[in-house]
Amino acid sequence: MVDLKQIVESLIFVSDAPLFLDRICVLLEEYERGEIREALMALTADYRLRGGAIILAEVGGGYQFRTLPEYAEYLKRLTKSRPPKFSQSALETLAIVAYRQPITRAEVEYLRGVDCGGVLKSCLEKRLVRILGKKDVPGRPLIYGTTKEFLELFSLRDLASLPTLKEVQALGERPPDEEQQELPLGMEEEVENGEE
Amino acid sequence: MTTRLTEEPTGLLFDDRSLYSVKLESFEGPLDLLLHLIRKNELNIYDIPIADITRQYLEYIQLMEELNLEVAGEFLVMASTLLQIKSRLLLPTASDEEGNEEEEDPRAELVRRLLEYQRYKAASLLLRERDLLGRETFARKFDPPDLIDLAPDEGPLELELFQLIDAFRKLLAKMPEAAIHQVAADTMSIADRITQVLAFIVDRGTALFDELFDEGCNRELLVVTFLAILELCKLRMINIVQDERYGSILLTPAVIAEPDDPEGVELNG
Repeated sequence: MVDLKQIVESLIFVSDAPLFLDRICVLLEEYERGEIREALMALTADYRLRGGAIILAEVGGGYQFRTLPEYAEYLKRLTKSRPPKFSQSALETLAIVAYRQPITRAEVEYLRGVDCGGVLKSCLEKRLVRILGKKDVPGRPLIYGTTKEFLELFSLRDLASLPTLKEVQALGERPPDEEQQELPLGMEEEVENGEE
Repeated sequence: MTTRLTEEPTGLLFDDRSLYSVKLESFEGPLDLLLHLIRKNELNIYDIPIADITRQYLEYIQLMEELNLEVAGEFLVMASTLLQIKSRLLLPTASDEEGNEEEEDPRAELVRRLLEYQRYKAASLLLRERDLLGRETFARKFDPPDLIDLAPDEGPLELELFQLIDAFRKLLAKMPEAAIHQVAADTMSIADRITQVLAFIVDRGTALFDELFDEGCNRELLVVTFLAILELCKLRMINIVQDERYGSILLTPAVIAEPDDPEGVELNG
């Protein structure tokens, strides 16, 4: 007896990229969209309850089996690929593009206070950022946005699931624990910078 | 994991002799440096003592120069911004006829920028902490050659201009150096090439990007052909897609071509 849940599971297992609900619906035209969605939810729950090394993650709008962070160390030995690494400037640029897209280079540079030509270019080359078009202002500057690959890389379902930008408390106001929260973050970042 | 290498005692910048014992933290830019100074001196960001902060800022830049670190232009721009704000603060507030003194604090824009920068810096740290594919989390990988056989009818990916230019650069690299004696008598105009390329694509239904660049063709024709492809794409006469990630680039007619219309193509868009 072939069950829809297992069919969906097999499709996602074999797919080389996150599999979209739309695509599954096209492939499984004999099933209703609602049924498929339910199967996906049930499957996601199954994997989570099973407590194994793999979860069914929703990334970049599609479904993909992914390993849990606990096993990263061993998987690195297997894949032998260098893990992605980001400079602080790349991360800041990506964050700004992600939260503020569509955005021009000049706007990114105003927000960061530094030239971002080089870092934007490498984000484009790594396909984390793409050109969305041109802004309808004098000079017609290019506008940028993030890509599906960006979402996949950062394990994000969609742009809406980016962590919320909390209205950061003004530094000077210093409510009792504000300073405490600020410090560990700052230290961590410097540590990472030191490694690069 | 090592922790921060140097812990700067507060107020260190005021003490010239100890400057050289400081390991300069690397700052992402002038805003980052300013935030650092504000935090270090426990200042209220809404009421920055501009004179103080400017002095400290300039000391930092001076230090960077003394250490022969390259001081990016942006740092100097910010220095002049600070000095400008400082001088505006010294001027008496210009009040208009109604005695209205509601003039914006000269520091306001800087404060807004600092707050906003701080938000995105926090956001970048959140991104850094996420489970990254290939770092914390892993997915199954396929060899691209297998995929081309397995999934020929995979929906075409949208193509980035970068990939197209990359493909073109590869072609250019394969070209032999241009013959020096060649006298270019208008070989082919872009308009003519557009017509040819379009006819070729329409005729075939689908053309491979590489197919459009004959082996024997010269550098000039290569460029003209590439421009023709770009123009056709811009005019929405053709679609450029890639059948797989890193797969070959395909060109297809965008619409059912009307055979008597290629002359209507406008070139100078």
